[in-house]
Amino acid sequence: MGLFCMPSLGADMEAGKLVEWLKQPGDSIASGDIIAVVETQKGAIEIEAFETGTLDQLLVPIGQTVPVGTPLAAIRGAGEAPVAIPAAPPMPAAPIAAPLMQVSPATPTFGSAVKASPAARKFAEEHGIDLAGVTGSGPEGAIVFVDVETASRAGGMPKPAAPAPAKPAAAGLEGMRAAIGAAMSRSKREIPHYYLGHAADVTTATAWLAQRNADCAPQDRILFSALLLKAVAVSLAGFPEFNGHFGKDGYVAAKSVHLGMAIALRGGGLIAPAIHDADKLSLAEAMTRLHDLVNRVRAGRFRSSEMSDPTATLTSLGERGADWVLPVIYPPQVAIVGAGSPVEEPRVVDGQIVPRTICHLTLGADHRASDGHRGALLLRAIAERLQKPEAL
Amino acid sequence: MTRDEIQAILIEEIGNIAPEADLTALDPEADLREALDMDSISFLNLLIALGHRLGVQVPEKDYPKLATLRLAVAYLAAAH
Repeated sequence: MGLFCMPSLGADMEAGKLVEWLKQPGDSIASGDIIAVVETQKGAIEIEAFETGTLDQLLVPIGQTVPVGTPLAAIRGAGEAPVAIPAAPPMPAAPIAAPLMQVSPATPTFGSAVKASPAARKFAEEHGIDLAGVTGSGPEGAIVFVDVETASRAGGMPKPAAPAPAKPAAAGLEGMRAAIGAAMSRSKREIPHYYLGHAADVTTATAWLAQRNADCAPQDRILFSALLLKAVAVSLAGFPEFNGHFGKDGYVAAKSVHLGMAIALRGGGLIAPAIHDADKLSLAEAMTRLHDLVNRVRAGRFRSSEMSDPTATLTSLGERGADWVLPVIYPPQVAIVGAGSPVEEPRVVDGQIVPRTICHLTLGADHRASDGHRGALLLRAIAERLQKPEAL
Repeated sequence: MTRDEIQAILIEEIGNIAPEADLTALDPEADLREALDMDSISFLNLLIALGHRLGVQVPEKDYPKLATLRLAVAYLAAAH
């Protein structure tokens, strides 16, 4: 007997709204099946089951917003009898616990004695709510998102206008901006970042790709981003201090490389879902998975496991971006690799100045988990792999 | 297929990739990817769609020939 709970889909998520059940009581469930769709600040996310059995009972009706960790449904294992269901926590949630992505503990900020989570702070700020007048229900009486939301409804506080049906994208973007703001504020507040850069010569790689793609239909072409994805993922597998999570017990290296890919959404916003076991994929598989992920993310449908478990992130600026980026780590990860747009630059090769295609690789990493010496080795390992694209 | 029909299909497929863009205001001489903020995956999606709709497979070396709406229509009309 297992409970299927509202998952935490990122360090900044405190609650989600159930919008669709894709399985009904009596349906058999296999691990990995998509059971429900949850609306979050990042869009609609398909929630997968992690066990096998029969869906016994739905515990939350469609349309209800519940805190992370709330049981959504009961799943009965083969041969098990239905058992009693613990009462779902009421909406103003008690401390929210998630195994991997701990919601940021309330952190007092300068000039404020009120303890509140980043999302609660953000919401209060946006809605002109004084946190001093809000009762907290989180750890140590901290104010969490739902408290502020409840206060804004109950207290006659200035309430945001109901989202106009004609502008769903704009309303969603506001929520996403808040989510990005909360995660990045936490990152800059808690993570002692250090940054490194390395100019990778990708002349061979781009020429190799052009040759490989020359006789391919568009759907069979491989983009430079897929090459980067693979080179970064394989390199991370050999540098465990950059691939994992920093939680309340310190740093824990991950066993697999689930590489988060920062994907810009049309009209604004950014999401970095994971490509699972990216180091084990062939280059063609990496391209297929990347293509599929980008299309699904931009269509607003992606899966819970992709959101909840990236072990490190790659932000690639594409063909028409800036030369380089100083990337900000997505907590509780400890590293993010940046790749600038490949550019033609004069380089010295064997004593001669020659034009080469350069991709400026950067690393933002957490000093609690690693030091710059190893970071430099990681960037060099990625650059070397990009020199031998046929081996990827 | 006439040039106008090809242009209509091209604009329809661009609209699928950039649904928020006002394509009636699109300058036929503007750089398509700049004007519509198309990254390499969006552009690849456009080429895949054009392959299905027009039976034209645009090789990578010809990408500059699709730089603007006017150039792209001319290229697709010739290749079709």
